[in-house]
Order: sequence, then structure tokens, then C-alpha cells
Amino acid sequence: MKKLLIAVALLAFIVMPAASSAKPVKIYWWHAMRSARGEVANTMIKAFNDSQSEYEVVGAFKGNYDETINAGVAAFRARKQPHILQAFEVGTQTMMLSGAIYPVFKLMKDAKIDVNWDDYLQPVLSYYMNKDGKLLSMPFNSSTPVMYYNKDLFKKAGVKPLSKTKAITWDELGVITGKLVKSGAKGGMVTAWQSWTQVENYSAIHNIPFATKSNGYEGLDCNLTINNKMVVNHISRLMNWSKNKRFVYGGQKYQGPKAEFLAQNVGVYIDSISGIAKLKKAVKDFSWDVAPLPVEASMKVPQNSIIGGASLWVLKGHKKKEYKGVAKFLKFLSNNEMQIYWHKETGYFPITINAYKQLKKDGYYKKNPLQEVGIKQLMRQKPTKISRGLRLGYFIQIRNIINEELELVWNGKKTPQAAMDTAVARSNKELRKFERTYN
Amino acid sequence: MIKRSIFKSRGLPYLLILPQILVTVTFFYWPAIKGLLQSFMVTDPFGNRSKFVWFDNFVELLLDPLYLKSVGITLMFSFGTAFVSISLGLIIAAMANRALKFKWTMRTMLIWPYAVAPAISGVLWLFLLHPSFGIVSIFMKKYFQVDWNPVLDGGDAMTMIIMASAWKEISYNFVFFVAGMQAIPKSLIEAAALDGAGPFTRFFRITLPLLSPTLFFLMVMNIIYAFFETFGIIHVITQGGPGGSTNTLVYKIYQDGFVGLNLGSSAAQSVLLMFLIIGITVIQFKYVEKKVQYTG
Repeated sequence: MKKLLIAVALLAFIVMPAASSAKPVKIYWWHAMRSARGEVANTMIKAFNDSQSEYEVVGAFKGNYDETINAGVAAFRARKQPHILQAFEVGTQTMMLSGAIYPVFKLMKDAKIDVNWDDYLQPVLSYYMNKDGKLLSMPFNSSTPVMYYNKDLFKKAGVKPLSKTKAITWDELGVITGKLVKSGAKGGMVTAWQSWTQVENYSAIHNIPFATKSNGYEGLDCNLTINNKMVVNHISRLMNWSKNKRFVYGGQKYQGPKAEFLAQNVGVYIDSISGIAKLKKAVKDFSWDVAPLPVEASMKVPQNSIIGGASLWVLKGHKKKEYKGVAKFLKFLSNNEMQIYWHKETGYFPITINAYKQLKKDGYYKKNPLQEVGIKQLMRQKPTKISRGLRLGYFIQIRNIINEELELVWNGKKTPQAAMDTAVARSNKELRKFERTYN
Repeated sequence: MIKRSIFKSRGLPYLLILPQILVTVTFFYWPAIKGLLQSFMVTDPFGNRSKFVWFDNFVELLLDPLYLKSVGITLMFSFGTAFVSISLGLIIAAMANRALKFKWTMRTMLIWPYAVAPAISGVLWLFLLHPSFGIVSIFMKKYFQVDWNPVLDGGDAMTMIIMASAWKEISYNFVFFVAGMQAIPKSLIEAAALDGAGPFTRFFRITLPLLSPTLFFLMVMNIIYAFFETFGIIHVITQGGPGGSTNTLVYKIYQDGFVGLNLGSSAAQSVLLMFLIIGITVIQFKYVEKKVQYTG
């Protein structure tokens, strides 16, 4: 017994100090990256941990975006929050006003880490900046919608393949979808995420305000303006197309529309660039290509499209030393090697111009021309105050409202004007509720 | 002298029920009270700002035509589900009760769907009836030109979630009905048969009245099931769409509270939902139960 005690004491004496001195500072990161993307995130974490010994990043998958943000909320209330929380783009306003965050621009300044923000893709950064152009959260996974099309069906309908850089007009798409239907296809086009692709991005590309106060960047007292003539006309056009199957409604998310495209029921499919990898896996029996989103003929110089995806928020309430590690990790994530790896594996944008140039130099886009369509569409113009993004409270509810009202157009219960008017009225109510919470 | 076992010390009984009280308070009363308080406030999700607003959240909801529409949708969905699952459960039970061969195997197999989780049940039905990739709907479109489209048509969507929810619950009802039928004395039915009553008369005059306690119990249970446990099915199949036509109260609470992070309104909705379900249950016990005949 005595011997054992001595042994234990000795062992403790030897192990304890060694363990405490070499223990790296732990940094917790809660994310929503599932399966394959989760693996990619883990590889990036490992690369950081292997690159130095001072800090150790611990990643944890917390479910989908809703679940992750809720996990963060619950943890923050219990004062057990992680250092880094991934939140989707529609939650930006909520996160920004939460009082729970440590803005990234400040974090970098306090940690004395020099970041050349000009080197980042501006349309990506601008989505997460405050109105003075200061970055609040670190962009992580960003995508934008593009147009996929079935080359075989196009050939059968006598339509030439589309350009990868110059957008066709909506009128031209009308002709193309008409030809597709005529040639025997069951439908012309489908779209995933209709609010994001047909209203939010449509507005940005044509530089039409989605909401007043610079799309909400300049104040919580903003109102939606999507019942404007252009958007309403666009919705009317799609509604008219749906009468002769040139447009087919496949559901709010991507599963239904994608299934229509895969079954070759339609020739055109609008969805995020992150669909490239999915289609590569799923399509076996036809060839397809990617083109930029259509624009109106009147829009000679179309604006940039806007992004979707998520960013990394740094949460308050940790030690200074830990924040130094957080800053280093975020900086590490945006280095060329990591960004190139991320882009190649997931299809999301590399977030720095430097990484993009490197990929170009390596001939990556020569081999994978599909991957460049989104970036070019995103980078074709400097973002304006209107095309830089959307900053709305209760944006999730607003998207739901837009989805609901659009569905009432597609099933013939409402006219486009009436639907958009109701969408605006209902959304403004949500905006007022949100405003009241924060005033 | 009658022997009584009584506790000598006054504290012991309380000590013995303490665990139960602790569990109830922590997991039932505390969250319920928190929810009640929350319903009178507007709060940001991180809890840094909250304001007491009296009944504003409730007033807002009750004046919102879409909320009232959601109440209507919920009632329709719940009664629809309860009706379909109870009547089908009853029919199947009546038939299984008459089956001569493989009685036991058949019963066991009919119970299986109850073990399927709601979300899985939703996925199964989606693979059958989704307009883009559902086998049955593609088949119907191809050979019968049936334009079935729950993605676009509210009625189709409602039909689909009722089918999926009722399908799962049929087994549950079946088990209770079979048990109830076995408790009915054979002699009663045989006597009626001798008097010349056909199978239908026997069913409606003897079996059904004797089953009324079971029927009543199942009605209460099925409506509660349709209210609260069908979330997974709706989440998988329609997400409340199209155009909000399947946005039930429970789904709306999830959408507004968990996804949309509007905690005040969603707490107020929970409170209203509680009152609604209390109301329905009271009505059931007050009026429907009068028609129930308990034996013994």
C-alpha cells in the first residue's frame, strides 16, 4: 500500500509539470460543415495545429446552420461559448447586433496581426462589413448562384452552348426555354432557392435596392422594396413561362429542382456554384455546362451577384491569449495553401485575390473552367451600396415570406404584384418587430 | 384493531417524493414558467436585451390573419389525421379479428409502422409521392396523367402529410382496437348471430358501442399526436409550404423560434397552443365522453 502511494506521488510529480507547461491553449470552433466538407474543415484544423504548438484548435460539428447558431446562443447564455461560431449569411444582422461578438477587424488589430483586406474578394467581404466598411466576421464558405444547362437537350433543341463569361439576357433564355419545350423536353428551366436566386440576386445584379437604407446596412428602420416594377415584371415573366412549361417550379430548396434537372425534364437549372461537385457525382447520362445568370437586355453592365454561405464569428468572453490564437487561426485559414485546398475540395470561393491568382497561374481553371464562372460573375464589377449584400433583421422569416408569396404566384392564387406587395407588407412587420427588440 | 402503516417522522414522506418533485420542477415547471415569462417579452436571442411588453406578443398574433389561418390548418390536419388513422385502424382491426390463419403474424406485422420515427416516415412518403422523384407520382403522371403536385398545390400537400401521419398512427390504433375487441365476450356476438344479426349489424350494434371507451381514448391520443408529434413529418415533407398551406402551429413555433430566433413571439405561440389543446381536451371530456359507455 505504502509503495503504491509513493509510486503514485512520484508519477504525479513527474507528469504534472510536464503536462501543464506543454499544454497548448485550446480554441473551440463550432461549425456546420457536414460529412465531406466537415472532413475538409478537419484537415484545415489539423494543418493549423501541426504548424505550431502554442494553440490547439478543436472543431465540433453542431448540426445544420439553424442548429449551430442555436447551439451558440444557448452556450453564450450559459457562458460556455466557443471562441469561433460559424453562422449563415442571413443571420448576419442578428449576430452583428447580438452584443456577443468580437468584431474581426478589431480582433486582428488587437492581436497586432496585419491583414491586407484589399486582397480579399470584395463582394465576399462586403456582405460581412458594417456600414463603415469594417469587417465583422471572417467569410468562410461563400458561393453564388449560376446557371447550369443540359448540353444534350440544348443540341437537340438547336441551341448553341452558352458563353462562360458573357451573360445571356432573360429574353434570350425565354427563347431557349421555348425551343427546349418545343423539342420535346418536359420543361424549360427550374430554380433552386428562389428567394436567393430570383429576388435577392436578381436585385443585386440589376442594382435595384432590395430594401431602403442601402439594403438595411444603414439602419434598422429600413423597408423592403421588392414590389418594384422590375422584380414584379421578372416574377410575371416566370409565371407566364410556367403556363407553357418553360418554367417549372420544383420547390423552395434544391432537391426538387435538382431532381428535375437530373431526370432531364428541364434543360436549365439555377443553383449555387456549390452544386458543381454534386452534379459531377450525380450526372451520368448527359453532358452539362455552367453559364452566368441571365440579365435584362436593358442592363448593359450587369453588377456583381451576391453571395450565400456562412462566416466565422468570434465570440466575446475569453482570455486575451486565446484571442491571439483565434486571430492566428483565422489568418492561417486565409493563406493561399488553405484557400486553394478549400476551393478545390468544396467548390466554395477562395476568399483572397492572391489565392485566386495562384489558382489561375497553376492552370486550375484551364482544367476546371466551370469553377471560374461564379468568381467571374462575382468579380465583374465593384460592388455598389446596393449590390454589396443585404442586412436585414429576421431575414430568415423574410425569406420564408418571399417563398410563401412566390408559391402563391406559381399556383395561381395571387398576381405577382399582389404577392410582392404582401411580401413587402409582411416583411416590414417583421423588420419593425426586429427593430423594436434592438432599440 | 386495524393495522396501519404510517410514517413516524413528518419529514420522511416529503423526502421520499422529493426526487419526483425535483424532476417535475426542473423539467416541466421551470421551462414552462420560463416560456410563460418569455411570452411577455421581446428578447434578442443572446439575451442581452429584453423588454417587458405585456400582452403585445399575444395581440400581434391574434390580429395576424396568417396565425389564425395556421390555427385552422392545424385543426384540419389534426382532425383529418385522427379520422383517417382511427377509421382505418378500426377497419383493419375488425378484419384481423376475423382472420383465421396467421392471426398472430398478421397482427405483429401490422404493428411495425408504429416503430418508424416520424422523420423516416416522412422520407418514405416523400420517395413515393414527391412530384420530381417520387415513384408513385411519376408513375401516376406517366400512365394516368394525374397532376399530383404537393410542392405547388396546398391541398395535395395537406393530403400527403395527413397520409404520412395517419399511416404511422394506424398501428397504434390497431393494437388498442384488437385488445378492445378481444375483451368483448364471444357469447354476446354469438347470441346476436343466432338472433339473425348480420356481421354489419353485429359490428355497429355490439362491437362498436363496447369499444367506445377505446375509441374515445384513441381520439384524445390521436389528436394530441397530430398536434405535437408530427413535426418531423412536416419538416421533411413540406416545411410548412406551399404558400404556408401546411404551416401548423407547432411547425410555426419551430420556424419562428428556433430558426428565426424570435423568442418572444414563439413563446407566446406556445402558450396559446397550450390553451388550445387544453380547450380541445376539455371539450372532448365534457361532450364526447358522455356518449361513452363504460362497462363494469
